[in-house]
Amino acid sequence: MKGMTVIVKTISSWVKVLILLFGIYIILFGDIGPGGGFAGGVILAASYVLLLLAFGSEFVERNMPVSLVLRLLCVGMFCFIALAISGLFVGTGEFFRNWIYQDVVTKKGIDIHIIGAGIIPLAEIAIGLLVAAAVYLVIFTFSTFRSEQRQDLPVESLE
Amino acid sequence: MTVFYVLLVFMIIAALIAVETRNLLSAVICIGAVGFGASLIFLFLRAPDIAITQIVVEVLGLIILIRAAISRDLTFISGGRDFFSVVVSAVIVFVIFVAGIRVFESLPDFGTPIFTQASNAASQSYIAKGLAKTGASNIVSSVILDFRAYDTLGEATVLFTSIIGATVILRKKPRKLLQECDE
Repeated sequence: MKGMTVIVKTISSWVKVLILLFGIYIILFGDIGPGGGFAGGVILAASYVLLLLAFGSEFVERNMPVSLVLRLLCVGMFCFIALAISGLFVGTGEFFRNWIYQDVVTKKGIDIHIIGAGIIPLAEIAIGLLVAAAVYLVIFTFSTFRSEQRQDLPVESLE
Repeated sequence: MTVFYVLLVFMIIAALIAVETRNLLSAVICIGAVGFGASLIFLFLRAPDIAITQIVVEVLGLIILIRAAISRDLTFISGGRDFFSVVVSAVIVFVIFVAGIRVFESLPDFGTPIFTQASNAASQSYIAKGLAKTGASNIVSSVILDFRAYDTLGEATVLFTSIIGATVILRKKPRKLLQECDE
């Protein structure tokens, strides 16, 4: 996939930071206000898809290679399952038990400001990472698959 | 109430344009307009969580996915419809219309929450005890990540597995290796 004109490139290089920040905001404040891991993850992916549309797939692959995105996907999934399993080892031991809130915050009375809701904000971050990597990967693989096919066709016809 | 009718008429017009237009890209943009209207309706119904998810998934996800995956020589749809398919789709639409009237008659009035109809619904205890049990002031987060976290785990597993499968099938390296083997 090729890039677009200079105007689109300039504007998108300004806007991508704002979109990225808005996605992080939506993910981090998912337990306080509207939003959450799924919506914020798609917004995070949208900032890189904007770069993919404006600058072309080679530029994006240099900055955010597929192997790194695959690792982020696996890290997100691993963190979510690890949070789910961590409830088994603390306290009464139930799967998906919100042990940070029920044991630390309410029983001992310790106020943890940013993760005051226990495992919910941490799970939001893990899901945000997972969804961002997943949406970015599916759009990137589909776009490069199509453009490769387009590039292959004239070569075969010349031969 | 008027704003919902205005938005519904807007969404129906956009959906009709999306069906009737020949240019695939403008059809996709019209579907994005339908999703935008739906997200505005959710916003007026005071469901900002669903409004954000709707506008992100339908408008950003769908349009950008199709724009990125579309190939440029496929953007125009050619060919008309024959008589048989028109008859079949008219019959299907009529059957769904009749069934939909029966279903919508049994629904509660527009805008009334469903948990007021059932006295001992689970959602009432979620709303009453959600903040005390989970500490999350957003009730939607406390439901999807604490009370119904199994659902979210299943969704995340489905997403993870399907993306891994799609990446493995569509990746670059094995196809280049196959071409070298053929040569």
